[in-house]
Amino acid sequence: MLSIYFTAGFPNLEDTNIILEELVQSGADMIEIGIPFSDPLADGPVIQHSNEVALKNGMTLKLLFEQLEKSKVKSQKSKVPMILMGYLNPVLQFGVENFCKRASEVGISGVILPDLPMDEYLSDYKPIFQKYNLSTIFLITPHTSEKRIRMIDDNSDGFIYMVSSSSTTGCPSPRCSDWGKPTLPDGANTRHGARRQGKGAETLKYFSRIKNMNLKNPLMIGFGISDRQSFSTACQYAHGAIIGSAFIKHLENGGEAGKFVSQIR
Amino acid sequence: MSYQVNEKGCYGSFGGAYIPEMLFPNVEELRENYLKIISSDKFQTEFQDLLRNYAGRPTPLYFAKRLSERYKTNIFLKREDLLHTGAHKINNTLGQILIAKHLGKTRIIAETGAGQHGVATATVCALKGLECIVYMGEVDIERQAPNVARMKMLGAKVVPAKSGSKTLKDATNEAIRDWINNPVDTHYIIGSVVGPHPYPDMVARFQSVISKEIKEQLKKNPDYVIACVGGGSNAAGAFYNFLDDEKVKLIAVEAAGKGINSGHSAATMVLGKPGIIHGSKTMLMQTDDGQIIEPYSISAGLDYPGVGPIHANLFKTGRSKFVSATDDEALQAAYLLAKLEGIIPALESAHALAHLEKLNAKENETVVVNLSGRGDKDMAIYIKNMNNPSPTLPNGANTRHGARRQGKGEN
Repeated sequence: MLSIYFTAGFPNLEDTNIILEELVQSGADMIEIGIPFSDPLADGPVIQHSNEVALKNGMTLKLLFEQLEKSKVKSQKSKVPMILMGYLNPVLQFGVENFCKRASEVGISGVILPDLPMDEYLSDYKPIFQKYNLSTIFLITPHTSEKRIRMIDDNSDGFIYMVSSSSTTGCPSPRCSDWGKPTLPDGANTRHGARRQGKGAETLKYFSRIKNMNLKNPLMIGFGISDRQSFSTACQYAHGAIIGSAFIKHLENGGEAGKFVSQIR
Repeated sequence: MSYQVNEKGCYGSFGGAYIPEMLFPNVEELRENYLKIISSDKFQTEFQDLLRNYAGRPTPLYFAKRLSERYKTNIFLKREDLLHTGAHKINNTLGQILIAKHLGKTRIIAETGAGQHGVATATVCALKGLECIVYMGEVDIERQAPNVARMKMLGAKVVPAKSGSKTLKDATNEAIRDWINNPVDTHYIIGSVVGPHPYPDMVARFQSVISKEIKEQLKKNPDYVIACVGGGSNAAGAFYNFLDDEKVKLIAVEAAGKGINSGHSAATMVLGKPGIIHGSKTMLMQTDDGQIIEPYSISAGLDYPGVGPIHANLFKTGRSKFVSATDDEALQAAYLLAKLEGIIPALESAHALAHLEKLNAKENETVVVNLSGRGDKDMAIYIKNMNNPSPTLPNGANTRHGARRQGKGEN
């Protein structure tokens, strides 16, 4: 499964539905729509910047729902699931129940809120999300304990978001960008190369470890997936992968959404 | 009523740990260990020794005679400005560096606004031989140049935060991102009572030495304790041991900047509402859409859109009174303290001093102002404003004496 993330209202305020439609037409299997936030802690520079631009353009959660209401993709809910991804504060200010209601009305299938604590979700919000048929998706990382992964699996529906490495989105350091590349031939084992390879091998070990846990929820790998190579590697270990920063960069450079999907597939 | 943190990491309806999963193991490791470490004999022996012999505790509680005469009451200054590195921040960094060592961390990151916390962090990293990276807003790097130079001399790497308003909030974002990218070997020394649990409680405990000493030195409870609040670490420390003595009036002074309603302010309690910033639920300056509003203050250390959750709860319960002082009022208070007592305060502390103008304490009452830091780092701003006295400034800034000073400043 190929899932594409984009920030609502970027590069232009009215691009949300255009991008959505292009992604669906070009064969994306799932779409994550980012709710712009002024202080996106878990994001690297590319998505941070897209958030900043979208907010400057005037994007708000209220406006996003209004846009999605008009979307042609809305009627295809079962075919191409749409997920909302954002930080908790804008959702709290909108009102959690109001947010769930509106999301459900515009055809959203699930929500990713990386800074929503699991215990607060269980104690305060789970019944509300369920009432509106919204899946909640939680993240795991290479440092999440097995016990916690099991707990997340027990309390999730939809899928588990498997963060490929301990990093912010978009792979800011070179060390996490090479796990999808083929192993270098012996001669290429420079000191630098060897280090990179070591990291790559570690990532693949982590993918195998999680795959072998036989979790009940499907796994989607995200963070640092940027091209056909890393996408196809991720798909060997999980049900699919999510591309965000690379797609945002593509849009920023004036690229068409559909063309990006065909490059990855 | 308890004003302390509960077992869930909350102060009333504030606090908690709103963090992405990438930070969960780090924060959990800290949460599980910090109380055990702090209460161990080994930690306490080393911490107390460093506070006394390295940082310079106890700090004096100085009776400010001329200031008292002016305001017709009894004013004491808790002289945190006399600590090594020039501010209360060292109390916390000494504590946290020992925790980091105990947890086997080799790399330290920190955020800083005025640079006082950055300098205090760079200092303890040098002391313990750990790598130190300090994130600082680009704007703050410019307005607090002496502290940037100090950090570099102490061996720290100062990394400019270029997003948002390029001040403390953004430096904190960048430090958190660094921690996400370096989850194993790195400890994040947060400089105020902000961030996810257990930071607010841990930092408040390290700063509580301030009120412990005030209690001992005064030999009775004061009527008022006044402290400035950005994130609120010096105020948390100055209030901590008085929280349950409801007769002690606690006054927290926020930065009103150019005026509460000017659009250039950092007065969170007046302008904010409950929200989430940097991993904790607290009072937060934000738009209706939940976007964080860029704060403003002449003082880089108070230039923060949120506040520690302990303070949000003190505000909500009414235990502390929250007031504010403008840039001009703070500057005036600083010039006055310099003139009357020979002490140049940090711009942050000057906000606390500014409230004396409005306090109206009685002649027999006792007022303690927490003088959280010294003003060396703010000299450029003080000099600039001496040359351009604001027409709104009270307190004789335009006397012959003031005019002479201005003349000198121009040389």
